[in-house]
Amino acid sequence: MIRLLCTLVALVLPLKALAIEIQEVTSPGGIKAWLVEEHSIPFTAIDLSFTGGANQEASDRRGVTNLMTGLLEEGAADRDARAFAEAAESLAARMSFDASNDTVSVGMTFLTENRDESVALLRDALFEPRFDAPAVERVREQVLAGLASDARDPDEIAARRLAALSFPGHPYGTSMSGTPETVAAINIEDLRAAHARALTRDRVNVGVTGDITAEELGPLLDELLGDLPLASAPEVPEADGAVDGGITVVDFPSPQSVVMFGQKGVPFDDPDYFPAFILNHILGGSGFDSRLMGEVREKRGLTYGIGTYLASRDLADQIIGQFSSSNDKTAAAIDIVRDEWARIAAEGVTQEELDAAKTYLTGAYPLRFDGNSRIASILVGMQDMDLPIDYIDGRNDKVNAVTLDDVNRVAAKLLTPDRLHFVVVGQPEGIEPGSF
Amino acid sequence: MRIVLIAAALLAAGPVLSQTAATQVETAAALAAPATRDDAVTTFTLPNGLDAIVIEDHRAPVVVHMVWYDVGSADEPAGKSGIAHFLEHLMFKGTDDMAPGEFSEVVAAQGGTDNAFTSDDYTGYFQRVASDRLGLMMEMEADRMRDLVLDDEDMLTERDVVLEERAQRTDSNPGALFNEMRSAVQYLNHPYRIPIIGWKHEVEKLTLQDALDFYRTYYAPNNATLIVAGDVDPAEVRKLAEEHYGPLEPTPGLAERVRPSEPPQLAPRRIAFADERVSNPYVLRTYLAPERDAGNQTEAAALTILAEILGGSSQTSLMGRVLEQDEKSAIYTSAFYSGLQYDDTTFGVIVMPRPGRTLEEAEADMDRVISTLLEDGIDADQIDRIKTQVRAAQIYDRDSLQGRAQDYGAAITSGLTVQDVAEWPGLLEAVTEQDVLDAAARVFDPNRSVTGYLTRPDPAPEAEE
Repeated sequence: MIRLLCTLVALVLPLKALAIEIQEVTSPGGIKAWLVEEHSIPFTAIDLSFTGGANQEASDRRGVTNLMTGLLEEGAADRDARAFAEAAESLAARMSFDASNDTVSVGMTFLTENRDESVALLRDALFEPRFDAPAVERVREQVLAGLASDARDPDEIAARRLAALSFPGHPYGTSMSGTPETVAAINIEDLRAAHARALTRDRVNVGVTGDITAEELGPLLDELLGDLPLASAPEVPEADGAVDGGITVVDFPSPQSVVMFGQKGVPFDDPDYFPAFILNHILGGSGFDSRLMGEVREKRGLTYGIGTYLASRDLADQIIGQFSSSNDKTAAAIDIVRDEWARIAAEGVTQEELDAAKTYLTGAYPLRFDGNSRIASILVGMQDMDLPIDYIDGRNDKVNAVTLDDVNRVAAKLLTPDRLHFVVVGQPEGIEPGSF
Repeated sequence: MRIVLIAAALLAAGPVLSQTAATQVETAAALAAPATRDDAVTTFTLPNGLDAIVIEDHRAPVVVHMVWYDVGSADEPAGKSGIAHFLEHLMFKGTDDMAPGEFSEVVAAQGGTDNAFTSDDYTGYFQRVASDRLGLMMEMEADRMRDLVLDDEDMLTERDVVLEERAQRTDSNPGALFNEMRSAVQYLNHPYRIPIIGWKHEVEKLTLQDALDFYRTYYAPNNATLIVAGDVDPAEVRKLAEEHYGPLEPTPGLAERVRPSEPPQLAPRRIAFADERVSNPYVLRTYLAPERDAGNQTEAAALTILAEILGGSSQTSLMGRVLEQDEKSAIYTSAFYSGLQYDDTTFGVIVMPRPGRTLEEAEADMDRVISTLLEDGIDADQIDRIKTQVRAAQIYDRDSLQGRAQDYGAAITSGLTVQDVAEWPGLLEAVTEQDVLDAAARVFDPNRSVTGYLTRPDPAPEAEE
């Protein structure tokens, strides 16, 4: 121990400054992107995030944004699904298309030598998807198979039930994939309408990292996005995210119970966000040192892993946690979580815990920025959250500025054990559903 | 769009990541095998037998530090299944110099992350930290290579954690249970038939002494490979390695790994596994297949391309085109092969029929497409497209520090050399249509196959709407 302690003292030094230079690029047509140039590897990663997402769809067509997004790469312009895939493979362009309640996300990595052809292909997918009937039916079958799978997946069942309890009447309360009934009802006109609504040039954020200059990127943005329409869909109202305290049990045949728990959280733009961020790290954040990992796993062996996170969405904020535990141990594990929730709310954290959390969170931050794909994704995430372009430089100062009083004040306000709800999916022993 | 309902469960040889719920999935399309011909990779060996590989990447001030041991679940004593993985958990429990849990605390205090993983053939430990913290990581990793200190209380609690891990990852997942049953039938004699995480009834009885015996034999510099990837200078890495790992004593007389090998397999085997948690039934067949061997990777290269041609892409592979696109008889198809294994591996084919079709029909579809391939040959354009992607992967793969380190580690512990890794992309590019067809004719031998049905119990509940 002594040998290492000496080393440690010597090593608590400032980390190397982060050398990430973000440029804001505005295309001739007025589309903005954030760019990090990195010319050492001859490829580029581009990430697009269209805000609005599935939140904007009608409830009787729930799942249309998801189905539409899945069809973007299934034929576009003069290519059917197979021809489109063959073209992408010939260029070695890798595309991804994902829908969520808040956004439709599109990503592509492309080789420098194939830049123009790759961008033209992606442009076709974004602007001229075909929605050919055979492709629609095939992907609809896949979505239905996914729904069938979700219906028997305890993790999904738990997440769905907690969302339903948290967001009654709001899109967040139902599955973004829809139901078998709503997915069956979607027709090609619905898909075209969803496409026109979701992919708009004024609600897109763009992050680019790799082997491309600002001068080259400008015209490329217009080529890729310039033909898209402007947004017309109304904004969706915010949701509260509060839930009644208690336990909901969903019977499921498994040796373990999956437990998800949550309550109302803190928005990113709230002054209490960074204290809450540090609080969450100490309570159930990543790594093996959190209080919940220590109490539930390391001391008692009741689970393989337990964690909490600040679930910050565009329209609602929660703090959510999850673990799995054998059916005969689940009740004990839930009691510990509730006790720890109450203890940290009542007693706060220690200066030592706060210092360790700050050291970790500020030290880990620069390590996120390795790899073009990771950086492009971070650039988009920052814009989705309306962060300033120089946010990275000042972010660790915000963490370091949080005091013990801040964390403990927020702990007392945020963590209310009587409003913490547990959804238990399994056959747990000795748990009565209902309120505490 | 490609649905991912079963990908995580496909490869029996996927390593078990230990500490967190994070899973590491080797995808079916494992084309992106280790691939670098640049000058960024250098090697050295210390006098005590520790091999080292340094991969330079100066884009960010980050380093990935890994130690891979040439030991995995296939090296466990009979009746002690799961000991390799259990020991991996216990490696975080303290040494003569460090308290239990302190290792990860120190890494976290540096802003770093750490974890470990166990496979059939290897056990690996890694940290990802700022590059100027490399010396500290080496100091701690070298410390626990030889000086682990365990007590019974730590052992018992951690054994419960491992049992919860098994319950979560295997017993709660019908696809994972199906895989366990399939592997046990695929290998008649080789220990690959035993799950990495261990059989529950054996894990429950593992002891401290079991762990220590295994540890003292296999955790030694002459049974390990150090991999350092990131913003580092190879000369400096060597200096630090000499300082921290240099003084460690090797295990004398450690022989090359020789596991019980497969006898000739003379009969096709079939299993049917029913579980009420199954949502979309499927048929999965695996064939015993050769793995990549040092200096002899051409058959593996052909099988890698074969997997892409038969079941790589939903739109352009043979099964995807015929069964998913044209006939619409399947909602998911795939072929998978990973040559990164120390001993015989498997080549797998999977068909998930659309609702209303039986698994017998799905199996007939599978056989029909394989026959078509063998009789009609392969579209030259398709081979060209696959090779284009092989070449591109060499560029894209350079983006992930961790991925590159992982590729080397998995190759070395599967018995390959750095030279083999360097030659692999060229071998993939050299594969011809005839190579693929010859390899297909050899690998699709019914006598070496296991055909598995994953279904719901009879009488089957109503199909999902």
